[in-house]
Amino acid sequence: MAVQTVETSPATGATAATGTPAVDFGPASGLSCRECGTRFELGPIFACAECFGPLEVAYDLPLGDPEALRKKIESGPANIWRYAPLLPVPADVADKPNLNPGWTKLVKADNLAREIGVEPGKLFVKDDSGNPTHSFKDRVVAQALEAARAFGFTTLSCSSTGNLAGAVGAAAARAGFRSCVFIPHDLEQGKVVMAAVYGGELVGIEGNYDDVNRFCSELIGDPLGEGWGFVNVNLRPYYGEGSKTLAYEICEQLGWVLPDQLVIPIASGSQLTKIDKGLKELIALGLVEDKPYKIFGAQAEGCSPVSAAFKAGQDVVRPQKPNTIAKSLAIGNPADGPYVLDIARRTGGAVEDVDDQQVVDAIKLLARTEGIFAETAGGVTVGVTRKLVEAGLIDPALTTVVLNTGDGLKTLDAVAETSQASATIKPSLEAFRSAGLAG
Amino acid sequence: MSVNVRIPTILRTYTGGKAEVAAEGGTLGEVIADLEKKHTGIAARVLDDQGKLRRFVNVYVNDDDVRFEQGLATATPDGAGVSIIPAVAGGC
Repeated sequence: MAVQTVETSPATGATAATGTPAVDFGPASGLSCRECGTRFELGPIFACAECFGPLEVAYDLPLGDPEALRKKIESGPANIWRYAPLLPVPADVADKPNLNPGWTKLVKADNLAREIGVEPGKLFVKDDSGNPTHSFKDRVVAQALEAARAFGFTTLSCSSTGNLAGAVGAAAARAGFRSCVFIPHDLEQGKVVMAAVYGGELVGIEGNYDDVNRFCSELIGDPLGEGWGFVNVNLRPYYGEGSKTLAYEICEQLGWVLPDQLVIPIASGSQLTKIDKGLKELIALGLVEDKPYKIFGAQAEGCSPVSAAFKAGQDVVRPQKPNTIAKSLAIGNPADGPYVLDIARRTGGAVEDVDDQQVVDAIKLLARTEGIFAETAGGVTVGVTRKLVEAGLIDPALTTVVLNTGDGLKTLDAVAETSQASATIKPSLEAFRSAGLAG
Repeated sequence: MSVNVRIPTILRTYTGGKAEVAAEGGTLGEVIADLEKKHTGIAARVLDDQGKLRRFVNVYVNDDDVRFEQGLATATPDGAGVSIIPAVAGGC
């Protein structure tokens, strides 16, 4: 099979050495600055030494025989490792202890489609609540875990809005790593419990997510953090690649076809940019037929710096102080915001936001129409989808995939007040008849 | 005004490996100019061609993100802590 370099980054500039990886990173050929193109060797680094831009993994992807590659993928395991030839992991990654996430359901959402004015058969929900710790974070953590192994780290860490903390704790437990994760002190109780139960250290920081993130960035440059693999800091280039598997799965589950429209939540914006990267790779590899697709970003109004910049026609994302129930998306200073703007504009998509009441309404809408209980981030994507259909920005006749990235059990508070028992009655037929619920 | 500046790992090649250095200046802009005098090359990493903070650099004066303050004109009181941090960390 011929091997060529496929890059989604700007042209490469100078090369800067940063150390040699201890093990095999599969098709990954190096790190490339997304801003200035400077190349670096694979290492536990995340920001460009020239311009501070984000580093991302560059590949020598297996071009030339898409049919053979498709067969190889289809005969792989029912998890993200079926795509190992396209990820920065060794070929035997599936044999190592990890949570084996992915291959979650793509649900044809005809009931929801009818409710929001999309043609039945055209609307799908990619339900990533089906992952081992009930959010998409297992995908990215699995990549970071492999990088942590390669670089010889023994402690796995992160800054988290909750879901990531649980995913790191669980992955560390399975793989035999120590974990120490950092969260804002006021997270939803469900997420705190889900992060603490795996037995690692869980530290609440007095502040919001951006404060936690700043703390972790300082910790990593301090001897206190030496030998630690922060999945979304010094392992971030590898971690982010896990989100590409959402793109791969969606296309494979649609029969190796690109969706026409995708609605993706935005926190830092990394997931959206990596899904776009994944779609472009599938096109370059010949695994799907090239055709236009539109990417829509979804935010909560109480933390909508990217949406605000999109609507104002700006390239710069001005940070906000978050105030929303969608805490998993409450990143006021989104690292990949500028790239989200580029992608939404390049593909003809948009970035939109919904308020907290619309988030709650959308969670309940998805639950009652499709039997999927989404966390607040899923309420954001479904709410934004409805808004974009009403605004005529999403074409109801074309295939649309909406992401649900987490389980509603983690954010029960969002809907608890309005989701209670219909009645409390004595255990008698007469009482039931009197309650008027016999249907 | 003398301040303490926390230097991220990727800029420590300019500070001889030091994680924290002293600098003078009444505003962030003046502090960066003083850093450049003492550690030549560092300003070009932090500022773009127009002399503005690069978009992937976060700077805090004490606990305040200068983007919520006055940017390079943000006052740096005597004894303040200035922290330069890559902005690309975190998130999903």
